[in-house]
Amino acid sequence: MPADFNWAIGGEAGDGIDSTGKIFAQALSRAGRHVFTSKDFASRIRGGYTAYKVRTSVDQVQSVVDRLDVLIALTPRTIDENLDELHEGSVIVYDGERTTMQGVEIPEGMVGLDVPLQSIAEEKGGAIMRNVVALGAACAVADFPIEHLDSSLEKRFGGKGQAIVDNNKEAARAGRDYVHENYDHEFDYDLETTDNDYVLLNGDEAIGMGALAAGCRFYAGYPITPATDVMEYLTGRIEQYGGHVVQAEDELAAINLALGGARAGARAMTATSGPGIDLMTETFGLIATSETPLVIVDVMRSGPSTGMPTKQEQGDLNQMVYGGHGEIPRFTLAPTTVAECFHKTVEAFNLAEKYQTPVYLASDLAMAVTEQTFAPEEFDMDAVEIDRGKVVDDDTIGEWQNEKEQFKPHALTDDGVSPRSFPGTSGGAHMSTGLEHDELGRRTEDTDMRVEQVDKRNRKVETAQEREPWAYREFGDTDSGNLVISWGSNEGAMVEAIDFLEEEGIDVHFISVPYIFPRPDLSEVIEDADDVIVVECNNTGQFADILEHDALTRVKRVNKYNGVRFKADELAEDIKETLSQEITA
Amino acid sequence: MSSDVRFTDFKSDKQPTWCPGCGDFGTMNGMMKALANTGNDPDNTFVVAGIGCSGKIGTYMHSYAMHGVHGRALPVGAGVKMANPDLEVMVAGGDGDGYSIGAGHFVHAVRRNVDMTYVVMDNRIYGLTKGQASPTSREDFETSTTPEGPKQPPVNPMALALAAGATFIAQSFSSDAMRHAEIVQEAIEHDGFGFVNVFSPCVTFNDVDTYDYFRDNLVDLAEDDDYDRHDYNEAKDRILDASKEYQGVIYQNENSVPYEEQHGLTENMSEIPDGAPEDAMDLVREFY
Ligand SMILES: Cc1ncc(C[n+]2csc(CCOP(=O)(O)OP(=O)(O)O)c2C)c(N)n1
Ligand code: SF4
Ligand SMILES: [Mg+2]
Repeated sequence: MPADFNWAIGGEAGDGIDSTGKIFAQALSRAGRHVFTSKDFASRIRGGYTAYKVRTSVDQVQSVVDRLDVLIALTPRTIDENLDELHEGSVIVYDGERTTMQGVEIPEGMVGLDVPLQSIAEEKGGAIMRNVVALGAACAVADFPIEHLDSSLEKRFGGKGQAIVDNNKEAARAGRDYVHENYDHEFDYDLETTDNDYVLLNGDEAIGMGALAAGCRFYAGYPITPATDVMEYLTGRIEQYGGHVVQAEDELAAINLALGGARAGARAMTATSGPGIDLMTETFGLIATSETPLVIVDVMRSGPSTGMPTKQEQGDLNQMVYGGHGEIPRFTLAPTTVAECFHKTVEAFNLAEKYQTPVYLASDLAMAVTEQTFAPEEFDMDAVEIDRGKVVDDDTIGEWQNEKEQFKPHALTDDGVSPRSFPGTSGGAHMSTGLEHDELGRRTEDTDMRVEQVDKRNRKVETAQEREPWAYREFGDTDSGNLVISWGSNEGAMVEAIDFLEEEGIDVHFISVPYIFPRPDLSEVIEDADDVIVVECNNTGQFADILEHDALTRVKRVNKYNGVRFKADELAEDIKETLSQEITA
Repeated sequence: MSSDVRFTDFKSDKQPTWCPGCGDFGTMNGMMKALANTGNDPDNTFVVAGIGCSGKIGTYMHSYAMHGVHGRALPVGAGVKMANPDLEVMVAGGDGDGYSIGAGHFVHAVRRNVDMTYVVMDNRIYGLTKGQASPTSREDFETSTTPEGPKQPPVNPMALALAAGATFIAQSFSSDAMRHAEIVQEAIEHDGFGFVNVFSPCVTFNDVDTYDYFRDNLVDLAEDDDYDRHDYNEAKDRILDASKEYQGVIYQNENSVPYEEQHGLTENMSEIPDGAPEDAMDLVREFY
């Protein structure tokens, strides 16, 4: 378990919490420390509590924990909201001159550092820098060399001119000096630095970067939390590669624009969250039936309906696996870490084109708002392979024409995969349709052809099942009879939970599943285990249901659906307790 | 693009199943002629069809084509054009497809001004579902679902387009074959979103907006030498004039700059390298 340090800044939405937190996270990353961040926030732009939390260690950190060592509290509510996580000796930095913070109660056993953030900031050039003063104070508490803040201040304020950067650097130093001069308390923290270079990014950015690496050229979307960052990342970057981002009038248009782009031959993508997935489901069957490659990202949030738009949930699994009328072949991938968001996006594009099938990429809010550090080599661009599948050109199209020189976009093949000809290819003109069709793409209601086309489309999934690895990720003690399975973003918390459990003498074998459909066959491992627990962020246990069906047995479940992701220490407790319980039907 | 393309090259080998006399025959013929006259061929043309009797056009024409979800043809067409601006994109569908379930997309397609052509086969009825009121049906038009008429005014598609900032608004009549083909051709040639509302009578379910009705009431703007299609106010007056049915190019904005040009889209996006872009590690380094 990493010797970690947990830090947070909290206040009102609109207080600049996010950007301040990010500056600190970046400084830690620059100092060669690993970082894992999370956000507590309300969806209102102004008003309402919000916090940016940073967990850091010299080792990789992959989860949040229920512990807070240093808290910068801009409002009294920030302290109340975090009482459970604060502990004896926790340091709370606050500005006692701020009207709302006057006479604020510091809980017993904790250290309150009253730092006149605003006055110091004003002295150094403007009240707006008060959060940076607080960062300086935090550096003093954590014994973190303030020089590391400099480069992230430059990154953040460089565009506003050197004077602003310099003012901020001074404001940070003034905050640090104030603590040194006014408190002779011995703080226990000592944030070691290393020479390692890390990059710091969130899941949405990793998806966007994966798309660019994979040759995505066309993105259509409609803004929605927590998927908007994908669109914002691509905007301004995709153009450098000759691509384009279009903001559609709604998700119905977004997916149809993307579909158009894909029919024209571009690698195309859209990203949304639950409410948008509902609208896109209208077109989902068309994508599959017309055999159009398309990547659809669902950055899940708490539902149903508008639910809790800024809260975590993995509630859309059934929608992605079963959604849409009729029977629709599809792939559903669920990256398990921020770095995996990159790799699975690349894979999604290849799968989409190799099998001419829509691919859902299931991410979630926890991953979208987490900034996590990685060695840059984790995103090895040289290793990116692009497989466009069976594309024909002017020279090869003849192999796929009938005796009347008509192209067969839905040719019946052994592996189910038919040729694709991009518009502009001579002799390749054809119709793509949501109607059942023959090999040429012409409407048909012929009973035999109907069966042949349905079988052919499903055969693509069978082929993919055979040809692709669909591997799962394994952690802990693979010989243990205690098997824990999760999907998507829960991996980090569970990996760290293994350490907590080990301390209590409990071994677990943990399988993290990045493929929902098709998925690895877990029936044997499930059968061999004494106890099986499926962990997921939803109420009903959607993945657990699927696994029970696969393995024809009962599993135990740990579900969380209060809107907050799993925390490693809390999850360890849940696992321990669940292991001791009988299965309830 | 070959120069010896004939309009019949755009015909598929499927025989239309439209009712004998349906306006859609003429509408489709005009579209094929216009495509051939503008130097296009089936391999560089992309037709997107809506859902309805009208939407069957995708099956009867020969080109690259998509026949999608009811009401969503316009965004598909825009996506095709953005991803490969070299293609000639034509979208065609019914009045229900375009002005009811797809009305939202219509407004935004007009605003977006992608360089493509939109042909609405307006029969003022839902043909495929066998005769229910459409958004362009008359207020007192009795149908199976509106026994006393819809009791709401029909939408005025051209007014809707004008309000949304259209750069090309035209109307034609499927049985005035020559004029119809000419008008669609002008829409194709227009730099931007060329919108043509085509009176395309349904002989089976609409006994009000018939061939005779349109023949008697149609006023061709081409016969009015004083008419200036570039004059916004004049166009507005005609469009809001409910006493007549106009044929011709009613409005054209000379300064139209299509979406692709505004956004610098020139490349065929289907062409990509077989690995990550050469400088892709820079994308990673941005996150230092
Ligand atoms: C989502 C959806 N709802 C309803 C239908 C049934 N439907 C098919 S065509 C149509 C209306 C067609 O009217 P119009 O667009 O005017 O075309 P026309 O048949 O008159 O050419 C309807 C309601 C459908 N296909 N999809
Ligand atoms: S029902 Fe009307 S619109 Fe449909 S094919 Fe027949 S005449 Fe044409
Ligand atoms: Mg109609």
